[in-house]
Amino acid sequence: MNVRTRNHVTFAGPVDAPVVMLAHGFGCDQNMWRRIVPALAVDHRVVLFDHVGSGRSDPAAWGAERYASLSGYAEDVVDICRELELPPVTFVGHSVAAMIGVLAANEAPDRFAALALITPSPCYIDDDTYHGGFSRADIDELLESLDSNYLGWSATMAPVIMGNPGRPELGEELTNSFCRTDPAMAAVFARATFLSDNRADLAKVGVPTLIMQCSHDAIAPPEVGFYLRQQIPGSRLVTLAATGHCPQLSAPEETVAALREFLAVRR
Amino acid sequence: MLEDSADDLYEHAPCGNLSTMLDGTIAKINETLLGWLGYDRDEIVARRRFSDLLTVGGKIYYETHYAPLLTMQGEIGGVALDLRAKDGRKLPVLVTSTVKTGADGQPLLIRTTLFDARDRRAYETELLRARHAAEASEQAAQQDRQRLQKLVAGLQRSLLPRTLATPPAMDVAAYYHMASADEVGGDFYDLFPLGGDRWGFFLGDVCGKGVEAAAVTSLARYTLRAATVYDPDPAAVLGNLNTVLYQEYQSDNHRHCTVVFGILGHATSAGRAMTVTGGGHPPALLLTAAGTAEYLDTSGGPLVGLLPDLRFTTHTYTLRPGDTLILYTDGLIEARTDADRGRYSSEDLLDFATSLAPASAGAAVAALTDLLTRFGTGLDDDAAVMALTALPPPPAGGEPVHRT
Repeated sequence: MNVRTRNHVTFAGPVDAPVVMLAHGFGCDQNMWRRIVPALAVDHRVVLFDHVGSGRSDPAAWGAERYASLSGYAEDVVDICRELELPPVTFVGHSVAAMIGVLAANEAPDRFAALALITPSPCYIDDDTYHGGFSRADIDELLESLDSNYLGWSATMAPVIMGNPGRPELGEELTNSFCRTDPAMAAVFARATFLSDNRADLAKVGVPTLIMQCSHDAIAPPEVGFYLRQQIPGSRLVTLAATGHCPQLSAPEETVAALREFLAVRR
Repeated sequence: MLEDSADDLYEHAPCGNLSTMLDGTIAKINETLLGWLGYDRDEIVARRRFSDLLTVGGKIYYETHYAPLLTMQGEIGGVALDLRAKDGRKLPVLVTSTVKTGADGQPLLIRTTLFDARDRRAYETELLRARHAAEASEQAAQQDRQRLQKLVAGLQRSLLPRTLATPPAMDVAAYYHMASADEVGGDFYDLFPLGGDRWGFFLGDVCGKGVEAAAVTSLARYTLRAATVYDPDPAAVLGNLNTVLYQEYQSDNHRHCTVVFGILGHATSAGRAMTVTGGGHPPALLLTAAGTAEYLDTSGGPLVGLLPDLRFTTHTYTLRPGDTLILYTDGLIEARTDADRGRYSSEDLLDFATSLAPASAGAAVAALTDLLTRFGTGLDDDAAVMALTALPPPPAGGEPVHRT
């Protein structure tokens, strides 16, 4: 197995600098980090990758069973750390990748120096004592939304993915050319993401952890951030002025500043 | 000139128009979209974000796909989302957005256009349903085909001996080539003991294929074995089979077969006496210990089952030690050869047999199997081959040799 091609691993920054690993969430790929990589790469070795089933990962590496739960993605993260012989990394996980990082750090604590969780949620569905923000019916509706974009996306994506030489206008920067995803694989990732419940894994986290939430996030409401701070021993919670679910895109400076403060404490 | 105003076009365009701040807060919305949603303007402007107008599933899709792409590309088009109207109704729309930037290139606001997609969504839902159905039926068809092939293979096996019984001081071998995994063929053969070290053998071919042919094959095989016990004279046995097939099928579609039937006498130091009768079947081949090959005169008899009261002729031979008798079906001599797409003729087969002789049953069947394999797609019929070789007899008084 070659993790570099399997997960389309890319690097930025000086080779001998402290390692920051950036993990994208459901819906896109490592392009999600493009607005903060230059600032981080000044004095960090930045390791980027695509989860299997997303972006430019190797489609042949995908398996419906392995990637039906977050533990499959977490194993891949540990594989990358081991295969590339990375020193203990500061793992920055966005959205569902935050929980993938928690699982990976619990599995192989010696590989992780710290966790930075951006707009995380350990469980999206409400129950009697927990507010995740969604009901099971809501999640079914999302899967329906994915399905209704299935035809459009597969039709738009196909010429790009196949690198159609007869149509040069379908270049790299074409509309929706980021975040290209096989719709069938995306559906499996969506289920793994939104039906996951990792609340029991939070207390086992043994590395310094920063939780970053946005002031208005339709996917991870503020209660979830508070819950996480309560459950992860010794964790810090930062609420950004940024709104939405992707502060690394909508407010890159603020996101980098919060990350830098956390990274500075660690050095 | 038409009297038309930009304001009126904005408000009453046949599409929804929406401008939002970068955080999604709605700054401006047109009458068309308000009408679709059933809201008043002051319930929306500065109070709601665009994603608040979506279904929950649409909201997640917006946050995880739409907003990131819009930020990265400055525009996004043709995404299917569902609005939730004030009265709870779902409105399928196609959404396109662009980011308006200031003179310094900094993003200022987001302009969004929404098209009513009820018709298109219904059409796409139908397409998607058809696609899922096609995928499912393809899978089902594949499973059905596998089930059918398993059934055909099982039925075919039931028409042939599981393993050939091996008479003392003989080498025997057989091979069956199925032309199609989807259809049971009509070729059959058997070798069976009659007591006192005498053995019956036959190889034949029912005309046609499929389940009906398989039923005739089964009937032929069991009739031959029963008739042999009743009167072990090859001509009488084929006469019996003819009567049974004729009576069974005269009313129906006519079913007939071709067959070579024979009886081997007990082993002696000179080999085994052999009586053979042919019923419309290609002649048996004899490969001698001396290295020659010849067709036996068994080809003259009539097709079995076609006419009532046929007479068959019995021929007498000796299978000497080292001699090999080869029975085969016409699949072998009607295969198209690669060279000129002509048929592999009985002369070709005789030449091939001559080049093999002398050969044991095992070696001869192996060579013929190889020949059939080389025909490849030229072989479009089933083909059966059975070979019987007399070996030097066991020492007098010794135990009969049983081979497995």
